[in-house]
Amino acid sequence: MGKRTIIPFGPQHPVLPEPIHLDLVIEDESVLEAIPSIGFIHRGLEKLVEKNEWPEMVYVIERVCGICSFGHGWGYCKSVEGNMGVEVPARAEYLRTIWHELGRMHSHLLWLGLLADGFGFESLFMHSWRIRETILNIFEETTGGRVIFSVCKVGGVRKDISNEKLNDIENTLRGIRAETTELTNVFLEDVSVRNRLVGVGALTKQDAIDLCAVGPVARGSGLVMDVRLDGHSAYPDLDFAPCIETDGDCYARCKVRIRELFQSMDLITQAVSKIPDGEIEVKVKGNPSGEFVARMEQPRGEAYYYSKGNGSKFLERMRVRTPTNANIPALVKTLQGCDLADVPMLVLTIDPCISCTER
Amino acid sequence: MAERKDLIQDITTVENCDLLEAVSDLKNEGYRLGQICATTLADGIEVLYSLEKDCVLKNVKVLVDDKKPQLQSITSIYWPAFIYENEMHDLFGITFKNLALDYGGHFFKIAKETPWNPNAVKAAPPSSEAAEASDSEEQKGGEN
Repeated sequence: MGKRTIIPFGPQHPVLPEPIHLDLVIEDESVLEAIPSIGFIHRGLEKLVEKNEWPEMVYVIERVCGICSFGHGWGYCKSVEGNMGVEVPARAEYLRTIWHELGRMHSHLLWLGLLADGFGFESLFMHSWRIRETILNIFEETTGGRVIFSVCKVGGVRKDISNEKLNDIENTLRGIRAETTELTNVFLEDVSVRNRLVGVGALTKQDAIDLCAVGPVARGSGLVMDVRLDGHSAYPDLDFAPCIETDGDCYARCKVRIRELFQSMDLITQAVSKIPDGEIEVKVKGNPSGEFVARMEQPRGEAYYYSKGNGSKFLERMRVRTPTNANIPALVKTLQGCDLADVPMLVLTIDPCISCTER
Repeated sequence: MAERKDLIQDITTVENCDLLEAVSDLKNEGYRLGQICATTLADGIEVLYSLEKDCVLKNVKVLVDDKKPQLQSITSIYWPAFIYENEMHDLFGITFKNLALDYGGHFFKIAKETPWNPNAVKAAPPSSEAAEASDSEEQKGGEN
């Protein structure tokens, strides 16, 4: 039996743009146990409900994360709309769906770049982010923002996208499809990439269930779960099925995200062809007085948004449970028994967003 | 027209002593733990457990006293609950009995103790073992 050593991983580490700390108990080169620590930059955004009226809180909740900001804003609106019984116009639901799926593409392309950077394939990183730039340009053209859009509001959306512009978006996505295929083929087929991902950090389906994993981490282990199947927004009108892989390793999680990248392109194309004309918002009267639990399928997985009102302009509670929060137990499990050199890949393939976790 | 499963809000309030049984029953039915959320009310703290199966949510709610809030940990049923329970301990001062992975009040690095529950008497570590460990460390520090 070798000597046991504790290696601190993070909170500052080349693969971690944000702080999380892991105490890795290792024997020789194998990790026996990983003890996570978070909370280094807890921001207390939820507590701002005491100072911000509920229509303004959407701006705060959007700032939970700089990558899936639109989805957070939408999740908050969905929770308050459910709380107040607001029915959102169909066109607004389609526009939300289009922006959200663009957000998923942007998030997955960003993650692919970070993964490539993590295993030292710098040109692949740059090409991933070059394609992502096209998505950010679409955001800027349609919302005025590249990171925080502030187009979602309780009762609908603040901006419309003309049908001509929607067709332009569809053409743009068709244009980047070929180069995205070329890019993702490297992730899926290149020998050096496969060597880093195949068979590494496997999470069984039963473990994914027991550890309550969400998003691509759960789907990469064969678990069929996707909040978009719950019948909300424009999704019931769109033809899609969750992207499932069964190997549960880093490669499977990567493949799920790549398939979802193309799935989002298809969903946007379908939404553009079916979007109805009409209003983009309804007037919302009164204040929330009940409670409502809403969920969203963020790029990293299922997120919860709980709102509780008391009839005043200030919510009694606003709660956000982000996907990374739910995937930390799965990360701890997959790290047990892995090689020390594979830890960065394992951490990266749950796509941790500490900004979300430290809301 | 597709069923709007997201609009189904099934919230059941149970007594503290029935919490483990209620959560355990849902696990046996195949429900997955989604989240746990605490809310400070005028007369105590409300804790909401959200569980999901086939895109349908079931929520179990319990009410606890805000002076010395205490609950049974559900980590024996859902191990990942340690994330939420340690969070609720640090932010609301709720003590959890039999918590599987106990951070002893150091899960979040926050400037103010129990910011969501100013009525909490004192933020005790989540379990007595952690309290003893902490006291012992303090004594060692004092000796040095």
